Amino acid sequence: MSAIANTIFSPTLAARFDQLVTLYPLKRSALVPMLLYAQDEIGYVSEAAIQEVAQRLDLFDLEVRSVLSYYSMLRTKPAGKYNVQVCTNISCMLRGGYEILDHCKAKLGIGHKGVTPDGQFSLEEVECIGACCWAPAMQVNYDFHEDLTPAKVDTILADYRAGRGAQPAPKDGK
Amino acid sequence: MPRSASHPDETIVLKRRFGKGAANIDKYIELEGYAAVRKAIAQGLEAMPAWIIDTMKASGLRGRGGAGFPTGMKWSFVPKASAKPKYILVNGDESEPGTCKDHVLFLEDPHAVIEGAMIAGLAIGAKMGFIYLRGEYRYLLNIMEKAVADAYARGFLGKNIFGNPGIDFDVVTQTGAGAYEVGEESALMESLEGKRGIPRIRPPFPAVVGLYGGPTIINNAETIANAPHILLMGGEAYAKLGTERNGGTRLFGISGHVARPGVYELPMGYSLRKAIYEVAGGIPGGKQLKAVVPGGASCPVLRADEIDVGLDFDQMAKAGTMLGSGGIVVLDETVSIVEFALRTIKFYQHESCGWCIPCREGTDWIKKTLTRVYEGGGQKKDIDNVQYLAENMMGRTFCPLGDAAAMPTLGFVKKFRKEFEDYIEGNKAGTPIITPEHDLVGAGH
Repeated sequence: MSAIANTIFSPTLAARFDQLVTLYPLKRSALVPMLLYAQDEIGYVSEAAIQEVAQRLDLFDLEVRSVLSYYSMLRTKPAGKYNVQVCTNISCMLRGGYEILDHCKAKLGIGHKGVTPDGQFSLEEVECIGACCWAPAMQVNYDFHEDLTPAKVDTILADYRAGRGAQPAPKDGK
Repeated sequence: MPRSASHPDETIVLKRRFGKGAANIDKYIELEGYAAVRKAIAQGLEAMPAWIIDTMKASGLRGRGGAGFPTGMKWSFVPKASAKPKYILVNGDESEPGTCKDHVLFLEDPHAVIEGAMIAGLAIGAKMGFIYLRGEYRYLLNIMEKAVADAYARGFLGKNIFGNPGIDFDVVTQTGAGAYEVGEESALMESLEGKRGIPRIRPPFPAVVGLYGGPTIINNAETIANAPHILLMGGEAYAKLGTERNGGTRLFGISGHVARPGVYELPMGYSLRKAIYEVAGGIPGGKQLKAVVPGGASCPVLRADEIDVGLDFDQMAKAGTMLGSGGIVVLDETVSIVEFALRTIKFYQHESCGWCIPCREGTDWIKKTLTRVYEGGGQKKDIDNVQYLAENMMGRTFCPLGDAAAMPTLGFVKKFRKEFEDYIEGNKAGTPIITPEHDLVGAGH
């Protein structure tokens, strides 16, 4: 039984949230992880999620929104089932990051922050993802793909499209 | 999965368990894991804190996040008596472009990070540690969480650790959600307290007033993971591996235009030239070296004729740059410095949290000016303006992000001024990578 009646989250995630707030000296510390895990489950941070997270942490909605708007991985609109994030920062740029980005744009027919009509893919150009020595690199949801070539990207995208790729966004924050 | 890299010139301390399945707690224990923290406890509760701090001081270990502050000294600044609880905060919010060393550390030896945090906790009297990873590192968080759970299950974490009454240590792991600025220690504390990642003014320093108002030691993940190795091998033995005032080894991530990019563990003071040409295999395709960004994107660039320098904090400072985060980015002759400078400032402009005006406005104006130059509408005075803007950001912000943006900018325009001037006159060096279709406002927003 969750600490919140009528929780909008799955029982597993609600239980995880109940536990998360007990880990920290101040429960507000759980805010950033909670927003991420909420997004993992719902696909984005919805109005209802903002309200429930605020309620769980004894915060005003506004305080949650203020934090939410700061972090680039958090979004308030749905992305694709597979969110393709291509790094173009310096190490990737030197090894073809922009070429990979252009290739993804052409292949998916969408631009930065675009979502394909079938909702399968979205695309983002991102700053350094910490895979500099294996550049060019991208993430699809939380999975890293490294040493990319356009041909390798084709295989990776085809695998996701066919449901053979690495897993979609983790559920229940796991 | 990151490729592992190795070279005969490596001196292996931190990497000794890499590639050996040490994320498994039994394997970690088999490889002398949790022996260092037991050794510390065996000194006796009275003698233990001073013994740890003295060993760390003797090791000459300096912060591996980039600032290079002596670790033992930092730990000694924490007041012994404190009304508020003390904390250990492990900074794994690795975000400096060109840096992916902590990525490999969390993947290959997560327990070393936990054990290091425990040692720091025992040294300063903290009973709780936080390990904060960048949001993109979710798969590494899963590895860390498993490691922490395994350590709890063995009684290594929690109350009365290793069966010692009165010695408690808890560890909480979490990630951020995408923000370079949160890698800065005071912004990191804000983020961990559930707020926007904006910096705090110092003093007071975190060692006195930190997380939740309590004394807090904040160390980079690589720094903290060195602690168990140092306690086992002895401070002096570790110090001897490096150069004067720069003890030990460090993880260098070599990326960009090299034949064998990778994360290598080299002794402090190792030659930058050899790191590029021997360890990383030199420049592929028979091309010439043009420049090196030696320690992550915020470090002033070195020209090809400036790489005969040792990779330690002091020698790099003497060479007019910084050792930084150990991320060595190598640029061959095809790179346009104008373009590279623009891409660099674009990152800092995007990541400026906006709290301090010199950083918020300075990064934006430098980006606008360099964009104009890049697009062919530049004037000679633009170079001076960029330099003026950067110089006026230096030292005028709460946190080092302003400096981190200004320093590389100054490096590019000072060392490659002729290339900027030629570019403005229509003689463009290098092969462009960014095209008009690439919207430089794009990334992250």
